[in-house]
Amino acid sequence: MGTIQPKVVEPVSDELALVQAAKGGDVSAFEELVRRYDRNVFRIAQHITQNREDAEDVVQDAFLKAYGNLNQFQGQSKFYTWLVRIAVNEALMKLRRRRPERTVSLDEEVKTDEDSLPREVADWSPNPEQQYNQAELRDILTRTIQGLPASFRTVFVLRDVEGLSTEETAQALDLSIPAVKSRLLRARLQLRERLSRYFQKREGADGKLNRESGDGNQ
Amino acid sequence: MKCSEFLQELTNYLDGVIDDRTKSELEDHLAWCHNCYVVCDTTKKTIEIYRDSRLYELPEDLRSRLRSAIVSKCHSRKKAGPEGV
Repeated sequence: MGTIQPKVVEPVSDELALVQAAKGGDVSAFEELVRRYDRNVFRIAQHITQNREDAEDVVQDAFLKAYGNLNQFQGQSKFYTWLVRIAVNEALMKLRRRRPERTVSLDEEVKTDEDSLPREVADWSPNPEQQYNQAELRDILTRTIQGLPASFRTVFVLRDVEGLSTEETAQALDLSIPAVKSRLLRARLQLRERLSRYFQKREGADGKLNRESGDGNQ
Repeated sequence: MKCSEFLQELTNYLDGVIDDRTKSELEDHLAWCHNCYVVCDTTKKTIEIYRDSRLYELPEDLRSRLRSAIVSKCHSRKKAGPEGV
């Protein structure tokens, strides 16, 4: 069985020059950095906050915070990793404000291994995503990922959706590498199990969305 | 190799960051354990579906609005000097 192909990351050879120019007060250089990463920051923010308005605020706040603190960026990591760290913090703050009743932390206690052991091992249809139209599929994927704890969701989004390496994810989230790996494994297995409810092979079934049985349980 | 041991290595296996000996043990396990084969295969599909789904794309009009707002605030902070940043 093949491995996951790493996501192609755009070359960043001129990035340090842009950062240097922006540090020197060149707003157009900073605008180029915004143009380069605003989509990524928006996606990450919406995945964490699960709210579009909050995600818009996070994009603005994160870039403005980055601009205001450019002098603290020493170039030891990629600018993008540094920016992601700021964006994740802003997004988590939004989430905490919106859900004060629930503690939201990247360090939240993870459950035991047994909770991640697969229970559903039914195989999927050959092209499961084609069982649904685009809107239905988006709905399934959104509701499924929403059910994950924020700490798992964030690691999954950075590693698997945005294509950061394990080391970059650890750096951006201030987590150890084993902690990133452990959360990633659990996030992947939990998503897989939840998606199995929609994508498993069904004899004689038409594969249509069953919202009653397929919803997340959190 | 037990199924639980296989699962512990699943992420490293899918990411291709594993030594040859462990990889060969995992593949021996996959050859006879149908459940782990299915879990491995569908986990890989899960990742690919999320990666390809492009959930939460930023619409171009909103994108320009946000960028203009950011740039304009950067300009006004610049005028305000370092204390205003």
